[in-house]
Amino acid sequence: MIQLAYLVAAVCFILSLKGLSAPATAKRGNLYGVVGMGIAIAATLAVPGLSAYTRIAVAALAGGAIGALLASRVPMTAMPEMVALLHSFVGAAATLVGLSAHYHGVHPETVTRVEVFLGVVIGAPTLTGSVIAFAKLRGTIGGKPLLLPARHILNAVGLVSLVALGAWYVREPVAPPLWLAAILAGLVGAHVILAIGGADMPVIVSVLNSASGWAAAATGFVLGNDLLIITGALVGASGAILSTIMSRGMNRSIGSVLVGGFGEGDSGPVAAGSPEAEAIAKGVNVGDVETAVELMRGARNVVIVPGYGMAVAQAQHPTFQLVQRLEAEGVRVRFAIHPVAGRLPGHMNVLLAEADVPYDQVFEMDDINPDLPETDVVLVLGANDIVNPDALDKPGSPIYGMPILEVFRAGTVIVVKRSMSPGFSGIDNPLYYRDNTMMVFGDARAVVEAMVKELKGAPVH
Amino acid sequence: MDGFLAHFTVFVLACFVGWQVVWKVTPALHTPLMSVTNAISGIILVGAMLAAGIGTLDLGGWLGLAAVFLAAINVAGGFWVTHRMLKLFRRR
Repeated sequence: MIQLAYLVAAVCFILSLKGLSAPATAKRGNLYGVVGMGIAIAATLAVPGLSAYTRIAVAALAGGAIGALLASRVPMTAMPEMVALLHSFVGAAATLVGLSAHYHGVHPETVTRVEVFLGVVIGAPTLTGSVIAFAKLRGTIGGKPLLLPARHILNAVGLVSLVALGAWYVREPVAPPLWLAAILAGLVGAHVILAIGGADMPVIVSVLNSASGWAAAATGFVLGNDLLIITGALVGASGAILSTIMSRGMNRSIGSVLVGGFGEGDSGPVAAGSPEAEAIAKGVNVGDVETAVELMRGARNVVIVPGYGMAVAQAQHPTFQLVQRLEAEGVRVRFAIHPVAGRLPGHMNVLLAEADVPYDQVFEMDDINPDLPETDVVLVLGANDIVNPDALDKPGSPIYGMPILEVFRAGTVIVVKRSMSPGFSGIDNPLYYRDNTMMVFGDARAVVEAMVKELKGAPVH
Repeated sequence: MDGFLAHFTVFVLACFVGWQVVWKVTPALHTPLMSVTNAISGIILVGAMLAAGIGTLDLGGWLGLAAVFLAAINVAGGFWVTHRMLKLFRRR
């Protein structure tokens, strides 16, 4: 009976993920997840021998209340941190359940000992790695990679020691090698994530998402529980797919991201003096808000490319006002999203949805690229590398081969940016020097607000 | 060992199901995908309950109880935040 309930729960979780294939069915998908979880918990309460209902209820309700509080307060811009934090709890829970299984079990079989050990050494780095990712995303610690001398040797020594501890535990299932392994695996996990630059965070959060799934699956093996195994595998596969999509979007391999050391973290220093003067000296077309607005009003269609800079400047709400103004004048406006825009897969879509942008107005890179040559005006807001044409035609460039939004093919490109400083890859963007590009310098929010104001004041065509 | 192989079979099949289903998720919903997987990986709550609730409250029980607390944060927080995000997505 309990097994049957677990099977129903597993099916609910699969339907939950399936629901996310379209926004129209997504809410129902989430509901399937809630139902599956309810069934799983109810069935577990009926397991023979389980008796301590009060203490379980107290701990679960306390945790649930905290979870609900976190979830109801977190702003949409802070979703990457929230997700990283939740990954860390799965890692911690997996470690704790693994340790608990050690104290509760007699482990006559080698395979059980291996499972307990693996549960702990997968859970612990998921916990510490996610905590570091959380701190980096929050800005508590800088985005710059921490590059200790001989860091690869340190990691290798850590891994070899883990194998030795594992051999010890399998031969003799006592507590010390297990706790030592938990601590050591945790340190290695933290160290690996510390060495990765802030710009690689979309990949890292996806990898940790996957790790949290594998940690849950490992716990399932420890307890011989198929529901945990299935659910863990689903989550693990999901995170693996997101990691693949994100690293493709950056034209990097997951391996090269994990090795770390790439990128400077946050955008480079703003040069002294006015950005306009610097740009003009470099032969760049510099425009003002008024000209930009005239160009957009005169266009038949406009595509807006938001990047991380738009999110940082909190410019999404005024951007939607701009869209509405332009649409009122008969201009067709669409958004184009690059897979790695933002700090989390799909983050930009959530931010635009929060600003009331309808999802059928938001297009993925592969869907909108064919339309860009027929687009009159592209407005680039706080994006840089994802529109850099070097990725297509400069084989020596560090971003060569990365898929980009091919905005340079449009009639006119308006780039809103604080300065001429390069993006996280640290390379210059030839898009800015093209004849059909116009730079408008300033904070994305301030510039877009000025555009809205300009449109309000302008006479209707 | 037979028990392990049975579980391993389930595991491999579930990986394939996950791989098939998640590729169909629309990229626009990748953030809610992450938060809903956060919530359902809170299924470790089930393991934690078993660790915490059987027998007397020894060290193993305390560790399990701590895991119940953490996993419950995931379940409640994950589903709720997913709901908040999905509510925002609307058609024109």
